Amino acid sequence: MHGIYNFITGPLAWVSWSIFILGILYRLANITLSAKKRDGVVLNYFNLKYALRSILHWMIPFGSVNMRKHPIMTIVSFSFHISLLVAPIFLLAHVILWEEFFGISFWTIPDKVADIMTVVVIAGCLFFAVRRIIIKEVKFVTSPSDYLLLVLVASPFVFGFLAYHQWFDYQLMLILHILSGEILLALIPFTRLVHMVFAPLVRAYTGSEFGGVRHARDW
Amino acid sequence: MNKETSNKSREIVDEGLIAGVRKLTPARIEKVINQVLKKETGARLEAYINTCVHCGLCSEACHYFLSHDRDPVYSPVGKVKQTIWEILKHKGKVSTGTILKAARIAYTECNLCKRCSMYCPFGIDIAYMISIMRRICHRLGVTPQYIQDTAHSHSATMNQMWVKDDEWIDSLQWQEDEARDEIPNLRIPLEKEGADVLYSVIGPEPKFRTQLIYQAAVIMNEAGVDWTMPATPGWDNSDMAMFTGDYELMGRLKRLHFETAMRLKVKRIVMGECGHAYRSVYDTGNRWLGWKDMPIPIIHAVQFYWELLNEGKLKVAKKFEEPVTFHDPCNIVRGMGLHEKAREVVKAFCKDFVEMYPNREHNYCCCAGGGVINCGPPFKMTRITGNRIKAEQLKATGVKVVIAPCHNCHGGLDDIIHHYGLGMELKFLGDIIYECMEKPNAV
Repeated sequence: MHGIYNFITGPLAWVSWSIFILGILYRLANITLSAKKRDGVVLNYFNLKYALRSILHWMIPFGSVNMRKHPIMTIVSFSFHISLLVAPIFLLAHVILWEEFFGISFWTIPDKVADIMTVVVIAGCLFFAVRRIIIKEVKFVTSPSDYLLLVLVASPFVFGFLAYHQWFDYQLMLILHILSGEILLALIPFTRLVHMVFAPLVRAYTGSEFGGVRHARDW
Repeated sequence: MNKETSNKSREIVDEGLIAGVRKLTPARIEKVINQVLKKETGARLEAYINTCVHCGLCSEACHYFLSHDRDPVYSPVGKVKQTIWEILKHKGKVSTGTILKAARIAYTECNLCKRCSMYCPFGIDIAYMISIMRRICHRLGVTPQYIQDTAHSHSATMNQMWVKDDEWIDSLQWQEDEARDEIPNLRIPLEKEGADVLYSVIGPEPKFRTQLIYQAAVIMNEAGVDWTMPATPGWDNSDMAMFTGDYELMGRLKRLHFETAMRLKVKRIVMGECGHAYRSVYDTGNRWLGWKDMPIPIIHAVQFYWELLNEGKLKVAKKFEEPVTFHDPCNIVRGMGLHEKAREVVKAFCKDFVEMYPNREHNYCCCAGGGVINCGPPFKMTRITGNRIKAEQLKATGVKVVIAPCHNCHGGLDDIIHHYGLGMELKFLGDIIYECMEKPNAV
């Protein structure tokens, strides 16, 4: 057990973080080059003011018409994404790791809050899965990969939750938590989870076209 | 099951599509698809495909989806699934049946109105993806017969309606003659070099909506505008090639249109009340030609009326009495943000203005645009059943007059109004202005 722990927090962590960071840089470089070479309009019509206007507007809960048409989805989606980012970054245990390994220390959130956020993420994944089954227009465009993505995202949170509360075998849960987290990180650049970095780009371009060229709102 | 029944009821015989797929071979399908995907698409398609999380939230935007009781085959992402996802998944190795179905969806079940871009949380341009499908179908020679005929007309005559060069001039002189009964000093100046304004229209105006040229001439004359029309091909600003996916032809059309204005050394182009043509000159055609902006300023009739009104050149003689509502055409509202200017003009000329809901950028499409109405009689019911929601929206206003400053919208709304028995009358903004403006030179 100890050997596995050392391996996944040592070499494997380096590997997964490297794939995550390099993978994202690769995708960003690739898409920028592709825009330059074969999709000139994207860079030519880019407009910072309207790009930011669109991005900021869509970050406001209930700011757009469609968010108001789907209030439950809006609440779940916002709390899910906020929790998904905030909990792992500002969790005390994670910050301690940063400090131990690299001497970097930053702000943390109380464990109680992190705990609730973890539940929000897991519940969010369940909500999205149920939505895929019961709403027919979502079901129609759902493939097995969509469920896999949800499992991929939920796993580190599920095992993290179990480890924190020391349910089942603590060490096993911890190892599964770390391992699933590393798999998630490494897969982000190469699955539709890449929307984490592409979403602002798409929004920026759409915002530029709507605001800068078409003089219309896009929300 | 839902999916199968809708697929069956959607099967439509179109000579152009059938003849097109008959000539296809698996090798050709694969080659053309990969040529288009590899050479003509780039960052946008990659980002859109990889960003879409299949959440289905775009569905809410689509009039086809809403009109078909939320049938998933009509949701924007559902249509992408049946077209672009399908060819990407199989890397172009798809059957003729898939191409036939994809062509039907891309050409007749999406108006490229871009409303769904405002409902997607990422702002993915779904209409762009449907356009790629159309581009592939065009390159494969699988296009609906009627719209392909208009594209042939564009190619042969540089106008959409097979109008011959002398017929064009004849039509203008005929309207000038007619209008001189009302306004003796009225002229439709042809080939006037250095005029302030070149007025361009779409093919259907000389063909069967000639009174619009009459009315435009009256407005120009009475507002004291220094204007001209060209006597040569290049007078037609319309563009069905943009909608069939024939971008080479689109480029030829736009180049001739702009070059005609430049030959006449006019200060700018004003175009009639047409939406798709505005998209073609302002958004699509110019880009294909590599012009980031227009080589010569071009404005839509709505903006022109608004300017004339604000400059005091256009004066209101009487208000239009009946209550009116206003339909926001996608190409000049989501495409140019002219909704407030249009309302200012409507309110200046009409006594009682009633909004329809939703409106402005969120207005429901007419279901005729994007070339769908140009796919002709085989798809008439596709448009009508696909836009029940529009009929309900119009009915809810309780008024009997709808103003729509777009030719396609007129065609689409007209069919909906008749089919659903709404008993409404359709007007162009020019109709209202012509009726209610001051005409100092009239006898």
